[in-house]
Amino acid sequence: MAVDVGGLSPYDWGPTIRAACFGCGKSMKKIMVCLKRVVDYNVRVRVKADGTGVVTDGVKMSINPFDEIALEEALRIRERGGAAEVVVVTIGPADCQQQLRTGLAMGADRAILVEHGTELEPLAVAGLLLKLVEKEHPDLVIVGKQAIDDDCNQTGQMLAALWDRPQATFASKLEVDGDRIRVTREVDAGLEVIEADLPAVVTTDLRLNEPRYVKLPDIMKAKKKPLEILAAGSLGAALEPSLRTTGYAPPPERQKGAMVADVDALVGALRDKGFLG
Amino acid sequence: MTAKILIIAEHAGGRLNQSTARCLACASQISPGAGADVLVAGSQCGAVAAEAAALAGVAEVLVIDRAENSAPVAAVLAPQIAALATAYDYVLGPSTTFGKDLMPRVAALLRVGQVSDLMSVEGPRRFTRPVYAGNAIQSVEVPEGTRVIATVRTASFRPVAAGAAAPIRGVQVGAALPTHTRFIELRSGGGGERPDLQTARLVISGGRGVGSEANFRILYQLAGKMGAAVGASRAAVDAGFVPNDMQVGQTGKIIAPELYMAFGISGAIQHLTGIKDAGLIVAVNKDPEAPIFQIADIGLVGDLFQVIPELEKRIG
Ligand SMILES: Cc1cc2nc3c(=O)[nH]c(=O)nc-3n(C[C@H](O)[C@H](O)[C@H](O)COP(=O)(O)OP(=O)(O)OC[C@H]3O[C@@H](n4cnc5c(N)ncnc54)[C@H](O)[C@@H]3O)c2cc1C
Ligand SMILES: Nc1ncnc2c1ncn2[C@@H]1O[C@H](COP(=O)(O)O)[C@@H](O)[C@H]1O
Repeated sequence: MAVDVGGLSPYDWGPTIRAACFGCGKSMKKIMVCLKRVVDYNVRVRVKADGTGVVTDGVKMSINPFDEIALEEALRIRERGGAAEVVVVTIGPADCQQQLRTGLAMGADRAILVEHGTELEPLAVAGLLLKLVEKEHPDLVIVGKQAIDDDCNQTGQMLAALWDRPQATFASKLEVDGDRIRVTREVDAGLEVIEADLPAVVTTDLRLNEPRYVKLPDIMKAKKKPLEILAAGSLGAALEPSLRTTGYAPPPERQKGAMVADVDALVGALRDKGFLG
Repeated sequence: MTAKILIIAEHAGGRLNQSTARCLACASQISPGAGADVLVAGSQCGAVAAEAAALAGVAEVLVIDRAENSAPVAAVLAPQIAALATAYDYVLGPSTTFGKDLMPRVAALLRVGQVSDLMSVEGPRRFTRPVYAGNAIQSVEVPEGTRVIATVRTASFRPVAAGAAAPIRGVQVGAALPTHTRFIELRSGGGGERPDLQTARLVISGGRGVGSEANFRILYQLAGKMGAAVGASRAAVDAGFVPNDMQVGQTGKIIAPELYMAFGISGAIQHLTGIKDAGLIVAVNKDPEAPIFQIADIGLVGDLFQVIPELEKRIG
């Protein structure tokens, strides 16, 4: 639908041309998708006895669920003819190649691993991503809204800030219209719609799409796709942390309470506690 | 030297969001007795500034009133906040979708890391926060000399009271504002006239077990009788029974009502993360093995379609 949004854009060509161009199908050259390797969401995570971290030995690792959604969205845009290439990138240890291969098997064209042995803060990750963006010139970067390990919910916003480009966080719908995107965002009050000029950063929410399953032949094909490895230190980004993690503790457990036999007992218990007036 | 704290107010429709009063409670723990400044960035936001000025522990309310701030667009707000932030040791915002969107952009402009979901203050520069969907609590320290940028997990702090009268001052910042991101519209969700999920004393939630959008009506009815807000699991949202803004959990709303009643919710870890701070958790599920019974204070094995009408009758 062609909607004029009030001539705010510095790239404004005037309402007439703009309206004509809405949905004109101009295709993007490249979408970059960030994949983080995290402890699989089905794993019941436990804190190590010495409080230095959580148990990861022998634990299943996967692509962060929000990042799978990010990749799925990029693939759908490409399959619709909206983009020529989808590049997946990861920052982390050599083991992350596994998740990149999964991304390639899902359908990405090419992968980049920025190798770094230790966990980096979102600001450092965003700094490295900026270096990749300056090298690769993507029209759109799609990242997850949060990594389910650190639960930071920062990286996409930080990349957008460093890059001085728009951000559309918590996306549940993404429409590409020529040089602009229109994004529906899941916010506390409901659904917010914003429009942004490309290039831009989008972060995904769960309801954006349902990622496809990887098929066996695609896993074989993925082995032949290009996977470039760069050393994090070689990119010239600041990697020093600004926070210090001093330890991890298990959360306070809620105790299992009492079972009641019927609604009468439930109402009685609620009255005793002062609810129900 | 006392720490200087700036709190970014959240507001919509001319009303201050309660998250601001919760951030003030956090600030008072970081620097007891010192008071914090509150920034209201908006357009014609005088009423919001007045509401903020009434909150306990506010030193001064700063107002940036300009047309560009009429909707909360992070790319537009962040440079203004970053410009003001250089005069502060701490900048705090709420860990709501507003703050989560905005604060990392501010932090990156200032080239510092952010403490997300700050849940407790262990010292002026030592905090805890949940990670791994709340399965672990991380302790973090912000080194001396580094500006603290944080989002405050609102469920962990009780809002400060109103009744004070801090001064209000209009400020101007020189930051260049981008025009590459434009607000189009807000479609509000399913709350209607019911109490707000994030501030309600009582919350009634439904899961996949409720079965359909139409069936949710019995939850709304019960909630109406009790004066409760209504929430939902992700499965109920995904199935289209209710809108997204009713989702409770790791990726939905983190809430701390005095009473939380879950009907037809199995109790996945991602859901439980959102209700850990509730005073009393009641679970009704027809499966005696449902994991939610492991953490519920009161559990009832039963069919919600029988239990809810009976409950309604008893309290009616
Ligand atoms: C990255 C990620 C983030 C997530 N974030 C969230 C989140 O924020 N919030 C969230 O809720 N989930 C979240 N989830 C999903 C979560 O893992 C579960 O899938 C979801 O919470 C299940 O919802 P449910 O309990 O309603 O459904 P189910 O697990 O299907 O449970 C339905 C329950 O209803 C009971 N039932 C059925 N009929 C009746 C009846 N007539 N009377 C009584 N009981 C009945 C059944 O016994 C069952 O226990 C997330 C998942 C991922 C991977
Ligand atoms: N090391 C990493 N490698 C690739 N992508 C990352 C990395 N860290 C964060 N991201 C991306 O940023 C998103 C948000 O992460 P976070 O800010 O840590 O919650 C993730 O969902 C990823 O898409």
